[in-house]
Amino acid sequence: MNFDFSDDQKQLRDQARRFLAEKCPPKAVRAVLEGKADYDRDLWKGLAEMGFLGVAIPEEYGGTGAGHLELCVIAEELGRALAPVPFSSTVYLAAEVLLLAGSEEQKQKWLPKISSGEAIGTLALFEGTGNPSPQAIKVAAANGTLTGTKKPVADGAIADFAIVAARSGNSGRETDISLFLVDLKAGGVDAKPLQNVDPSRQQAELTFAGAKAEPLGAANEGWSILSRVMDRAAVLIAFEQVGGADRALEMGRDYALDRIAFGRPIGSFQAVKHILADMYVSATLARSNCYYGAWALSTDAGELPEAAAAARISATQAFQHCSKQNIQVHGGMGFTWEFDCHLYYRRSNALALALGSQSYWEDQLIDRMRKKNAA
Amino acid sequence: MNFDDTPQEAEFRAKARAWIDANAPKQYEEELRKASLGRVQLKGANILEVAKAWQKKKADAGWAVPHWPKDYGGRGATPIERVIWQQEEGVYGKLGALFIIGQGMCGPTMMAFASEDQKRYYLPPLASGENIWCQLFSEPAGGSDVAGLRTRAEKDGDDWIINGQKIWTSGAHYSDYGILITRTDPTVPKHKGLTMFFLDMRSKGVEIKPIKQANGNSDFNEVYFTDVRIPDSQRLGAVGDGWNVSLTTLMNERMSIGANVATGFPELFEYCNSLMLDGGPAIEDRAVRSKLANWAVRASGLKYTSFRAISALSKGERPGPENSIGKLVAGSMIQDVAMYALDLQGAGGVLSGPEDAEAAGKFQAMLLRSPATRVEGGTDEILRNIIAERVLGLPGDIRVDKDVPFNQIPTRGRA
Ligand SMILES: Cc1cc2nc3c(=O)[nH]c(=O)nc-3n(C[C@H](O)[C@H](O)[C@H](O)COP(=O)(O)OP(=O)(O)OC[C@H]3O[C@@H](n4cnc5c(N)ncnc54)[C@H](O)[C@@H]3O)c2cc1C
Repeated sequence: MNFDFSDDQKQLRDQARRFLAEKCPPKAVRAVLEGKADYDRDLWKGLAEMGFLGVAIPEEYGGTGAGHLELCVIAEELGRALAPVPFSSTVYLAAEVLLLAGSEEQKQKWLPKISSGEAIGTLALFEGTGNPSPQAIKVAAANGTLTGTKKPVADGAIADFAIVAARSGNSGRETDISLFLVDLKAGGVDAKPLQNVDPSRQQAELTFAGAKAEPLGAANEGWSILSRVMDRAAVLIAFEQVGGADRALEMGRDYALDRIAFGRPIGSFQAVKHILADMYVSATLARSNCYYGAWALSTDAGELPEAAAAARISATQAFQHCSKQNIQVHGGMGFTWEFDCHLYYRRSNALALALGSQSYWEDQLIDRMRKKNAA
Repeated sequence: MNFDDTPQEAEFRAKARAWIDANAPKQYEEELRKASLGRVQLKGANILEVAKAWQKKKADAGWAVPHWPKDYGGRGATPIERVIWQQEEGVYGKLGALFIIGQGMCGPTMMAFASEDQKRYYLPPLASGENIWCQLFSEPAGGSDVAGLRTRAEKDGDDWIINGQKIWTSGAHYSDYGILITRTDPTVPKHKGLTMFFLDMRSKGVEIKPIKQANGNSDFNEVYFTDVRIPDSQRLGAVGDGWNVSLTTLMNERMSIGANVATGFPELFEYCNSLMLDGGPAIEDRAVRSKLANWAVRASGLKYTSFRAISALSKGERPGPENSIGKLVAGSMIQDVAMYALDLQGAGGVLSGPEDAEAAGKFQAMLLRSPATRVEGGTDEILRNIIAERVLGLPGDIRVDKDVPFNQIPTRGRA
């Protein structure tokens, strides 16, 4: 047993942290937040040049083929920096679906473009409120075309292609769902950006009016592919959340050391110290759950579904907890637009709902533990 | 990152498993499985004898305190092998509760400060359970503020004469030895005038009075010292350096309890799988699932946090203050879990006997014992202070008694 990242992986983390400190300061996040751009194109290009977009994509498809542990390391750093780029949609979701279920031709066509930053991809799953379920999917597939509306779709209006979960049958079972790949630039799709709690990452509505769609993966296998991809992405997003939680804790700590009240740094008051200690506790528990998830992801272990749900729940809690308490420690300053606290608060709440809500993952975790228990 | 056993670890595990399989007192397995926090009872058997016999058997085969050096009764196992042993020992590990203070805290302190002869003499019987040790730190005037203790030690020739009182001393009534912190100089600030010893609990002048606890058991005691003589050779560390010595004890305390505090989660999960509520099995109830999931990730988070600590240890890093989170998280968790289990039981949750209560009364026993977990070995508040100050680097609390000679510090709040 060795429950830590390797020295090489730690070096990669330092490299990513340095890179992001330079290319992705809070100012860059704000530019997107305030609507000056729909994502940070320079940063995106830089991430491609660093080889970060293709870190878990095999060399034959233009990636560096390093692996998923490396991708976890990078995810954490992107989360720390609140990177305003379509990384999770493209890399954790679109690329993973392609790797898992794409045809050789689809992989050859899209994966190199993902690695090089030429193509942005996304997964179009949700149709309004509610949790992921086959029954909730109404977008219909017929004769190689799609009809219906998906929202919210992360990065939907900036993506070049989308992987769409659509209804291909009416048996009332999971097998009614198939996946399709849609070239969003080819016409037949209307993309409308939507307001959301974290405008540093875009959400959109995609309306398909007879858009051309090519099948991705075996027909009627869509839901089982999605389940696997969601578990994999859950671990990666959890690492983003842990990165964000850690940074929020650091910001709170630094402020508590600087700000004087009643003649003392506020960090010397026990009530404040205990807030920060509890932030540390939740961030630490989440990190540990994430490490287990990383191991399960990188080895595709049978434990992955359970590990992914645990990482996801724990990391969501930690990021929400740390980002909300960070504002509290900052007092009035914490509630200003000027201070960066709200950037973390926004992102933590947006990520809490990516891939299904906290209660959805709670349900998943208990189902999986129960199955294991019965086995 | 690798979660699997290395070939050497797998070999160690196989050896441990085979030995346990051939030697464990299986007649107690079922009762031990059911035993919960604060209530390990064996019908028709004396738990102390059963525990000592198991410990002795392990010692004879080299499995007692596996991570200790061979010369002192261990087998020189690595930190990871230690965990593997605990995993394999499973429910039989509950029999070791009586030895935790001695092996987890007193032993390491002896290893750091006793002479080589003393170590070879005292440590093997501590490892084998033939001797039980206790930790005589807390006093009526000093619990969280250990350095506020008043028990005096005065030099008399080659001996020290001890007078004073300790309190909350777990297991003093069946202990053979204890480590004892005393005040040797009341005229200097409180941390500077302390000195540490070890002593024979049957020394003349030691009087032990059991304290009845809130849960009805009597596991801890008051200990009175009247002109007790301790030879200077049983001093640990320099005169006046007792505070530093005690830090070694307390750091090991966090390591040995920190990683192993019961959370109550496995018990609750198992219970919810069988419990029927009005609407069907508890495990299918939306609200129950949400509670369970939240505790599940705390429990797994703690488990993997301790694995991370062990990975760091095996690379030669020292156990740090971050290990404080184990008891901090588990302590309030087990209390909440117990309260929730009673809530699920509705009106019947009020019953507590093993016969009449649901789940053999294990959650009721947990409920009544759990407040202690949040106090013993450092309160939740002290643990948060440690994390805030020593991990996060926040300023220390303002200490009004810092530079004041001990004998001039006020002794009561409201005059
Ligand atoms: C079951 C059990 C077994 C024990 N076994 C042993 C043993 O074997 N040997 C031994 O030496 N001791 C033992 N103890 C004693 C234990 O270590 C002390 O009870 C503990 O350290 C708290 O000290 P106290 O009881 O004096 O409480 P106090 O220190 O009086 O604390 C009272 C309250 O004040 C709070 N408080 C105190 N100081 C601060 C501060 N600086 N900041 C914020 N809050 C503060 C505490 O958190 C607590 O809420 C045991 C206790 C229990 C409950």
